[in-house]
Amino acid sequence: MALPDTRHHVRYLFVAVMVGHILLISTQVTSRSGVSLLQAALMSGLTEAQRAVWTVVGAGHAVWDNYVALRGAREDNQRLSREAADLRVQLQQERVASQAVERLRALMDMRARVTWTTTGADVIGGSVSPEFQSIVIDRGSDAGLRLDMPVITPAGLVGRVVWASAHAATVQLIVDKSAATAVIVGTSRAQGVVLGDREGMLRLDYLTAFAKVQRGDQVVTAGVDGIYQKGIVVGYVERVGGPVIVRPAVDFTTLESVLIVVAPAPQTAPARPPADAKARQ
Amino acid sequence: MKAVRTIAAVALALILQSLLARMTGSTRLPVDLVLVVVVTTALLYGRVAGLLGGTLAGLAQDGLVGGVIGIGGMASSLAGFLAGYIGTQFIVTQTIPRFLLFAGATAVHGAVFMGLYHLLGLRRFDQPFLDVTVQALANAAAGIVLFGLVETLPGLPERWRIWREHRRKVRFH
Repeated sequence: MALPDTRHHVRYLFVAVMVGHILLISTQVTSRSGVSLLQAALMSGLTEAQRAVWTVVGAGHAVWDNYVALRGAREDNQRLSREAADLRVQLQQERVASQAVERLRALMDMRARVTWTTTGADVIGGSVSPEFQSIVIDRGSDAGLRLDMPVITPAGLVGRVVWASAHAATVQLIVDKSAATAVIVGTSRAQGVVLGDREGMLRLDYLTAFAKVQRGDQVVTAGVDGIYQKGIVVGYVERVGGPVIVRPAVDFTTLESVLIVVAPAPQTAPARPPADAKARQ
Repeated sequence: MKAVRTIAAVALALILQSLLARMTGSTRLPVDLVLVVVVTTALLYGRVAGLLGGTLAGLAQDGLVGGVIGIGGMASSLAGFLAGYIGTQFIVTQTIPRFLLFAGATAVHGAVFMGLYHLLGLRRFDQPFLDVTVQALANAAAGIVLFGLVETLPGLPERWRIWREHRRKVRFH
């Protein structure tokens, strides 16, 4: 019977004994952190193992998340792009709607302020002839529009109705060459007439020699021409010295909605005497 | 058929002019598409068509903008008639003669229109020569484009068919 080769066993045993010693010692010696060396070693080994395992798992996750799980990403991307485009369009529509609401709110505020009976209309067209400055609105005689009715915006005077069909009307702008509006200027209360001038401006004529007009003066309707009510803002004096030039208060290039004065302010009824006083008489 | 086409073209021009003014936000466009259509009609169909088309277009413009009914009508009629007359008397098939014809018709229209309004004291014209010159150039340019379209579009399907057949033959050979 052959003797077993114990040389290998000795090595194993040696290693085992040494490890046992180390373990034994380590249980008794504390590290700088206050835990035993064994615990520290165990913790260290464990955490390193955990870190290694986590690195492997993380890599697997990364592979999964970034490659395997992204099989539908192209479709998602396309869908989200479509949704983003839809939302952008929706946002633009909301912005337009918001602007329209603001515009209408301004018109409603103005309707509440003025004492005249007004009706609103949208601008649907420009002039059909380059020689005339006019706009086309989407309200006509069916809505009560008649010739010479004033057209205004919260900013000021636009013009007057010069033609009306059942569902549309043409408005002559105050900057048209044949338009003339009787006005009062600023605090001096000087009276004059504004006429359509070049480049969308107005020219203030028929001022008296004593009229004091300054740059920036507000020009309002005088209410004596039988068309426009008194006090509607026409514009502001832009230039004096030579012909007086007035910049219109309304920007005619961006007009979208207007109000038409379909009836002037109602006359104030005389105070009715009390019933008992009448009875006493 | 000519009458229907002329009326349709004038109506379309009125709508386009109004739309263009609205879209550009301009209170005063340099181009008068209605007059361009009148002159084009006159060149295509002759002086009578130009005269009647001009009358129709001018009256429509007068009525729609609240002007004196007839002044624009007279100006457009004269411009259309003269354009038609010149178109029948001279060869106006090249670009430059056509350009000059459109510009000249615009000048005639402007002279009659502004002259009548001035004589009647109804409108002021601060820089009539500049205004008419600008409009004449713009109308002439628009007229050249419009005439090109009118001449090109009707035969386009036929030319397209011939070209495709030619391509097919070339491929088989």
